[in-house]
Amino acid sequence: MELVPFLKVLSEASGVSGYETEVREIVRERFATLADEVCVDALGNVIALKRGIGPEPRRRIMLAGHMDEIGLIVTRLDKGFLRFTQVGGFDVRTLMGQQVIVHGRKALPGIIGCRPPHVLSEADRHKPVPMDELFIDVGLSQQELEQVVRVGDLITIRHPFIELQNELVSGKAFDDRAAVVCIAECLDLLQGLRHEWDVYAVATVQEEVGLRGAITSTYGIAPDVGIAVDVGFGKQPGVPEGIAIELNKGPALCMGPNIHPAVFDMLKATATRYEIPFQVEISTRGTGTDANAIQLTREGIPTGLLSIPLRSMHTPIETLSVKDLARTGRLLAHFIAGLDERFIDKLTWKMPAGEAK
Amino acid sequence: MNWNRLEALSNALGPSGGEDAVRQIVVEAIKERVDEFRVDHLGNVIAMQKGTAHVGFKVMVAAHMDEVGLMISHADESGLLHFDKVGGIDDRVLPAKTVRIGQNRVPGLICIKPVHLTTPEERGQVISYTQMVIDIGANSKAEAEKLVKQGDYAAFDTTFEDLGGTVKGKSFDDRAGCAVLIELIEQGPYPFDFYPVFTTMEEVGLRGARVAAFSVMPHAAFVLEGTICDDGPKERDLSPTTEVGKGPAISVMDQSVIADPRLVRLLIDTAEAEGIPYQFKQPGKGGTDAGAIHLAQTGVPTVPISVPCRYIHSPVSLLSKADFENTVKLMAATLRRLTPDVVARRE
Repeated sequence: MELVPFLKVLSEASGVSGYETEVREIVRERFATLADEVCVDALGNVIALKRGIGPEPRRRIMLAGHMDEIGLIVTRLDKGFLRFTQVGGFDVRTLMGQQVIVHGRKALPGIIGCRPPHVLSEADRHKPVPMDELFIDVGLSQQELEQVVRVGDLITIRHPFIELQNELVSGKAFDDRAAVVCIAECLDLLQGLRHEWDVYAVATVQEEVGLRGAITSTYGIAPDVGIAVDVGFGKQPGVPEGIAIELNKGPALCMGPNIHPAVFDMLKATATRYEIPFQVEISTRGTGTDANAIQLTREGIPTGLLSIPLRSMHTPIETLSVKDLARTGRLLAHFIAGLDERFIDKLTWKMPAGEAK
Repeated sequence: MNWNRLEALSNALGPSGGEDAVRQIVVEAIKERVDEFRVDHLGNVIAMQKGTAHVGFKVMVAAHMDEVGLMISHADESGLLHFDKVGGIDDRVLPAKTVRIGQNRVPGLICIKPVHLTTPEERGQVISYTQMVIDIGANSKAEAEKLVKQGDYAAFDTTFEDLGGTVKGKSFDDRAGCAVLIELIEQGPYPFDFYPVFTTMEEVGLRGARVAAFSVMPHAAFVLEGTICDDGPKERDLSPTTEVGKGPAISVMDQSVIADPRLVRLLIDTAEAEGIPYQFKQPGKGGTDAGAIHLAQTGVPTVPISVPCRYIHSPVSLLSKADFENTVKLMAATLRRLTPDVVARRE
């Protein structure tokens, strides 16, 4: 599969948490070419089923990557300009001078305005502009604006997809549409691999506002094993050594209480066997990813987490290595192809011998 | 109006001292329409259109080609680029923007650490540009230096776009002025010898205009600008400086010049006679090439006139197409009415 064009189209699509329609249609169309069945659940998750060849009832593995993005929402029309607040977590300091699309009755290109430095006092220049003092300019008068924009309309950051050196690419919403690309790549590779288990590939919604799509989709699928794919903090100035993972060194396999050790071990063994570069990251609590929701579903689900190394997270210039996406897709595919009934034994916690009284 | 030309000018990379790409567009556009032109030692394009009357009466109209931008200071061991600012950029507009570096337009990203790893205290502080780096995807100093040299200029990577009644793009300060000036050349000749001058290095101290005015030594001068416009909504009622959609802005006084009252009067009389809307730029803020031109040699009567542009010196600015057209109209009509009498010295 060509990864870059798919990532580009996903990145440039809009889909703020709860309003994922545009990106969902792109994902649904792609997944439909790679799976036996595709459905959309009540919250809007896209769930693709690719059946395994094992005898029924078959075991199930779920893959999850979220397709929602952080965004903004109109709070007030103010003399021809728009006031707004955020959906999900931006660093407000990255917003000034950005370009946006206001999703009113029609899509309007806009600018997050700023006062020219010429008119600012020295003190002004040394304090960040809070969200409630920022405004968006779409070049319309108040009267024209009222015809096309209402309070509550969504706003997405508008930023072109850019190819950098060394097969690095940059754009918005790679968190976590890059994972959707990896999952599609996995499904594509599975066309040529034997796998016993049913594969449920899920593009989840509303991750950025509390892992909500993963909660309902995991409940519905009731998988035996779940793997979330998300992004991890790429090495860059300001990111501490202990947290940073490196771009172009393969996906990071997460360990910690959110992760079942047998899932981690098998991911690691698979990567080693197929000579797929990988890194290890630790997380000492519930991760802030769909893996957290998956693990705590029903009676508990053994879960793994792959992190794609990504710089400048939650900005319009998120940056990653295309090679890491290919590696993540390959690792997922070989992991799935290697699943069998013996793996279920490995998931069972070992007990001392003897019987209860 | 030729919006494609404003588009090409806006998209071109040309921070102060590195105006070459802009100069190419300017020269290409004017060379067939002027009687002579030259590029001086500082990179100014000085052109001349012979007049139809008033022999020896010289009028200079200037617009600056340069823009605010960045300059690469060095690449570090990890291949990230460090930079300095060229001209007045508010540090607060830099984080998470895309730039193009050097004449090969290598794409780069101005990075700060992810919000997840910041403390509330940090989020309350402005990040100094010295704490930011540009990521081009290079893995090492050596690799970065193959693509980008120390001293390369970088400019915001913003694409021109028509929004209907307005257009947006980068560097309307002062590519808007350059585009107006090219329109005026196309509408020439005028009764006097017309000296269109496209200046360099305005943003770092009106440097090009100083030497260009010395060399032309006109009898009167106009400075065309894309100027400060602070008409966005605010918590307190503050000065808007100029307002988008209210017509060309005539400067009476700014930090660099007190405009020649006779030229101001001529602009106003012309606007009223021709029914062209105009506004005054609120006195006090900013400075233009007029500051250098009016002090050339024994002095030159000078007035700045501007297209109001929101968000100048940021990655993306916006102007009204009607304001632009009216600036061209007002300037062309004013130049037709300009005679030596207007600026004649009363002995």
